[in-house]
Amino acid sequence: MRTLTKLDGDSHRARRELADHIQGSGPLARHTVDSQSQRQAGSASFHESAQKHVTGKAAYIDDLKTPADALHVALGLSPVAHGRLTSLDLDAVRQAPGVVDVIAFGDVPGHTDIGPVFPGDPIFVDREISYAGQCLFAVAATSLQAARRAVKLAKLDIDEQPASLDAVTAVEREEFVRPTHVQERGDWQSALEQAPQLIEGDLFVGGQEHFYLEGQACIVVPTEDEGVVVHTSNQHPSETQKLVAEVLGIPFHAVTVEVRRMGGGFGGKETQASPWACMAALIARRTGQATRLRLPRSEDMRATGKRHPFHNRYRLAVDNEGVIQGGDITVIGDCGYSPDLSDAIVDRAMFHADNAYSLGNARVTGHRARTHTASNTAFRGFGGPQGMMIIEAAMDDIARRVGEDPLTIRKRNFYREGHDVTHYGQQVDQIKLLHTLVETLESSSEYWTRRRAITAFNEASPIIKKGLALTPVKFGISFTAQHLNQAGALLHVYTDGSIMINHGGTEMGQGLHTKICQVVARELGLDLDSVRISATRTDKVPNTSPTAASSGADLNGMAARDAASKLRERLFDFAAVHFEDGLDREGMRLEDGMLIAGHGESERRIPWGELVQTAYLNRISLSEKGFYATPLIYYNRASGQGRPFYYYAFGAAVSEVSVDTLSGEYQVDRVDILHDVGDSLNPAIDMGQVEGGFIQGMGWLTSEELKWNDKGMLISDGPATYKIPTFGDLPPVFNVSLLEGHPNSMASLYRSKAVGEPPFMLGISVWSALRDALSSLTGYQSSPHLDTPATPEHVMLAANAVRQKAL
Amino acid sequence: MATIEFLLNGTPKQCDVSPDTSILTLLRDHLGMTGTKEGCASGDCGACTVAIRDSAEAMSGFESVNACITPAHQLKGRHLVTVEGLAQGEQLHPAQQAMIECHASQCGFCTPGIVMSLFTLHSTQQQQPFSLTPERLEAVLGGNLCRCTGYRPIRDAALRMAQQPWQAPAWFDAAPPVSAADKTVPSGDSAPLFAQPSTLAELTKARRRYPDARLVAGATDLWLETTQRLKALEQLIDVSRVNELCQIEEATFQHQPGWWVGAGVTYRQLEPLFEQHFPTFAHLLHRLGSQQIRNRGTLGGNIANASPIGDTPPVLMVLNAWVEVANDDGVRLLPLNTFFIDYKQTALASDEVISKVFIPALAANTSLRVWKLSKRREDDISAVLGAFCYRVEDGIMRDVRIAFGGMAATPKRALNTEASLEGQPLSKSCFQAAQQALDEEFEPMSDVRGSQHYRQQAARNLLERLYLTLSAPNQEVMLHAYAH
Repeated sequence: MRTLTKLDGDSHRARRELADHIQGSGPLARHTVDSQSQRQAGSASFHESAQKHVTGKAAYIDDLKTPADALHVALGLSPVAHGRLTSLDLDAVRQAPGVVDVIAFGDVPGHTDIGPVFPGDPIFVDREISYAGQCLFAVAATSLQAARRAVKLAKLDIDEQPASLDAVTAVEREEFVRPTHVQERGDWQSALEQAPQLIEGDLFVGGQEHFYLEGQACIVVPTEDEGVVVHTSNQHPSETQKLVAEVLGIPFHAVTVEVRRMGGGFGGKETQASPWACMAALIARRTGQATRLRLPRSEDMRATGKRHPFHNRYRLAVDNEGVIQGGDITVIGDCGYSPDLSDAIVDRAMFHADNAYSLGNARVTGHRARTHTASNTAFRGFGGPQGMMIIEAAMDDIARRVGEDPLTIRKRNFYREGHDVTHYGQQVDQIKLLHTLVETLESSSEYWTRRRAITAFNEASPIIKKGLALTPVKFGISFTAQHLNQAGALLHVYTDGSIMINHGGTEMGQGLHTKICQVVARELGLDLDSVRISATRTDKVPNTSPTAASSGADLNGMAARDAASKLRERLFDFAAVHFEDGLDREGMRLEDGMLIAGHGESERRIPWGELVQTAYLNRISLSEKGFYATPLIYYNRASGQGRPFYYYAFGAAVSEVSVDTLSGEYQVDRVDILHDVGDSLNPAIDMGQVEGGFIQGMGWLTSEELKWNDKGMLISDGPATYKIPTFGDLPPVFNVSLLEGHPNSMASLYRSKAVGEPPFMLGISVWSALRDALSSLTGYQSSPHLDTPATPEHVMLAANAVRQKAL
Repeated sequence: MATIEFLLNGTPKQCDVSPDTSILTLLRDHLGMTGTKEGCASGDCGACTVAIRDSAEAMSGFESVNACITPAHQLKGRHLVTVEGLAQGEQLHPAQQAMIECHASQCGFCTPGIVMSLFTLHSTQQQQPFSLTPERLEAVLGGNLCRCTGYRPIRDAALRMAQQPWQAPAWFDAAPPVSAADKTVPSGDSAPLFAQPSTLAELTKARRRYPDARLVAGATDLWLETTQRLKALEQLIDVSRVNELCQIEEATFQHQPGWWVGAGVTYRQLEPLFEQHFPTFAHLLHRLGSQQIRNRGTLGGNIANASPIGDTPPVLMVLNAWVEVANDDGVRLLPLNTFFIDYKQTALASDEVISKVFIPALAANTSLRVWKLSKRREDDISAVLGAFCYRVEDGIMRDVRIAFGGMAATPKRALNTEASLEGQPLSKSCFQAAQQALDEEFEPMSDVRGSQHYRQQAARNLLERLYLTLSAPNQEVMLHAYAH
């Protein structure tokens, strides 16, 4: 009789096999269970909520019903960027119609610092005001309108001080939120001294507002003990649980955080969804009433941090063929007033300052500048895009200097045999994939034919200039904070055979829940309809990592798979001994809703429902938890060397633009993309990530311009003044493909690859193409400076500058 | 509070709401219908898009509007369709079905609004089949922001939708309740009011009777005062149902042929006239706001609002348009060029309303060029807008009229620039002199839409563009998605 003891032996073997897979010596993970149905992992299933989305039934936070006495919260935000709050008179606010409670710094019973990783984020201003939009107090009233009107009655006394708004100046004054970090490899100084060609440049890379369509929102309901239940639009429920508990001064188990879905996150709800939950929780506990808090768009944009603006510089030693010998790159992240996640974000900018190119002997330095703006935070790519921009700018500059096409220069500098170790010491796996991918795209997009046509066009067209660029992406996958690379899942099988899976990841539109359901369906040989995810809850799967770093499916999918496969093996063990005459344990499988044992004549089939019922009656547990921790990765901060990434995801894009060099107006005429997702978990969802990421990246570098006035007030604080791409910005020709036949070389989930962030950086090709068009004004002798975002204003001024130089 | 009667997804509804209630608030807070989302509360993102139909008449189609900035009281006697109303039981509307099949929703928050924009396209196609062009699609969807998909699958859904079979539900052509003009007299001068006069005489009477009331037409700008600045709009006089304000008449005025356009005529209603007679102006109209805004915003509102960055005033100025303003005593006429006095100040007296605008036809051989510069091509506000009207006779510039938006506190004629070109030969040196005059004539400001330096340079460059279009007519000197 096979017993559970025996099962432990099996799982031990499974662990050993997993280790073999990781080393690449075992069978490919994707071969362990093949996808059978059209709707299991690997197929293009619809988003699990698609029908609810299109009928308006999908509920977001503000759609949830609360009791009639629920309170609505509005916030008092600082009107100045820097100063001392010398007096805060809230009497008139308290007496305003409908107001029930008003709280400020002194009303917090527990922790007042809600910094997510490092301290530095007070829940309310005590004395020191650090940015315009920082929260001073919160008002709860019987309606949102009443609360918002009451806020205006506060009497503030602020001793205003000059605001520090320039990150470069902050670095000169050594005003940092975290210490500077350096990565060095080889003798970069000699490389620069002996450079056949020394090329240098600098670039301002603008920030970006997340502009999730659903703004920050939460509802907090007090429980019968000292705790709360928090419904929140949030990428990191466990952190919100921790912070809410700490602010209230209660144990973590008194706080339950639930996230069904977000109306977009993009990193903006990783750390910055927590403050609102903490504030609403305080009011809910003080009043005993359910409390609703959602930020109106302009307050959301002023109060929350954005993608970090960066000031980058490079000095590169280049040989006469344009191949980099070594160099020195400095990136300065404008972190805003507090650390938030800036340490890891500037690190990731440094990790991606090479993009797909071997830097040779190089030093990369990353500063974390403190300024008086909202604390800048995670945003798709997490600093990676900003780091990549400097080396892509350098590629164009090198090409003009040595008189070659930028694509030729890019290819010459790719990681290649003998040059396959990054400046932080990680060997780049799959370099052949990178070369194949780019060559395939180069040919499918007819790069060289179009290059010739564009050159001819530009010679005959004095005002309208066309530009073309191919830029690659190599993006490292894993949290660079090692401990975050873990995930859990909880799987329940009910006696009708239906399945509930919960995991630590959150759904923000990226299709994570769809993929996880597909994984479970595939592991258990069931139809997708049998598997459901309710919501992400901290009381189902605890101590979770944020859904971030593109890791959602990689980590949680593995955990779900772990739970499903453990349950499957237990059912196999049970079936082998329970059913009449016994079933052949070897080769037992779950397919098409059946347990199948044996082959041919001796094949036995037991329907899933019967199997589950029988197991239940025989007191076999139908619930299982799963866990996963990414192997192999580490990073030594002291030496700046390590293997921070489990693997890299690759991609490349070719963009063609037409620029009116008189007005600065431009259009993207055609885009071709080839992107590597390993063996896709869901090609439709992955395609959606690639296309959506590209357009978002393009928006970042073109029309999305954050502007502050000289007092540090954000003046682009709504969609009227902050312009994300709209329908007409979709390129008329948009050829997007997923690279096929290249499974992940590491034993990831069915050999798939993460897809959330990498495609964002494909948008760099648009910026490079704009620069290519402007370069034609110089006869391709130089690459005009083009800070980002390359709005029509910046493009026109760049073109004007070239023309004036020529006069 | 006052009662409004309307059709909601085919069902008659009666609601009591205050004058400054938006359709979005009515739906979400009063009726508990949360399918329609708030993304920005400023009419810029389209997440709250709903469809409205005036009547069941054959030519009246469903129009998309932003529920967040549309007064609920304007629903009186109309049919409101929301995302909750589209599916018939399990049977999804083709817009919904196509969105699913094309994987066109990710986070799903913008999706109801996109479905509603597609619904209006579909219902128009059902009434009068037409082939979809990229321009048409852009017009329909340009006002719906999606942050996730990048729009490609939404484009596919729009194309696929037409291929899905669809049986119009019984309520589709239901007639909204006939709503008599609101004759309710409020209890006092400052009592809440949403007056809906139906004649100009009633309108001017109301205007005099309630001097503190605000006039509302499309509400596309006014409503931001309540959603963004939290002002109470307690007394409102709705001009959108005043018969005289909704007409377009061909006429001759001061010996010039042209059109009297009622102040309440929407951008959408202007499109056919402009497309036929002022194609370059029509192109500007297509880039003004979004479909949701063009369905609501009016010519009179754009003028009365007196924003320095309103799109139509500079163009109307170079066309030598006139405005007719009315009060309870009668009407007076004044050239639009004298209408704008200072930032957001006009020649309109406190008891007056704009009743109509005379747009003269272009004289023979006269050209009109309208060039708008903005960060984004669609649904954006001008950084600089240049309007140029002129004719060239034997190589000499004649009747040159130039006006700019975004270059001063008001929309403004560039009189010295005009003078430096008037009667001059078409030459580079003349245009350089004009650029010089332009520099001296305007001192624009720096703001979120552009720096002073950029605005100056851009305006100069538009003059250069004008020179190039005239001197090298065969050379492409602009991108036609932006300019003609």
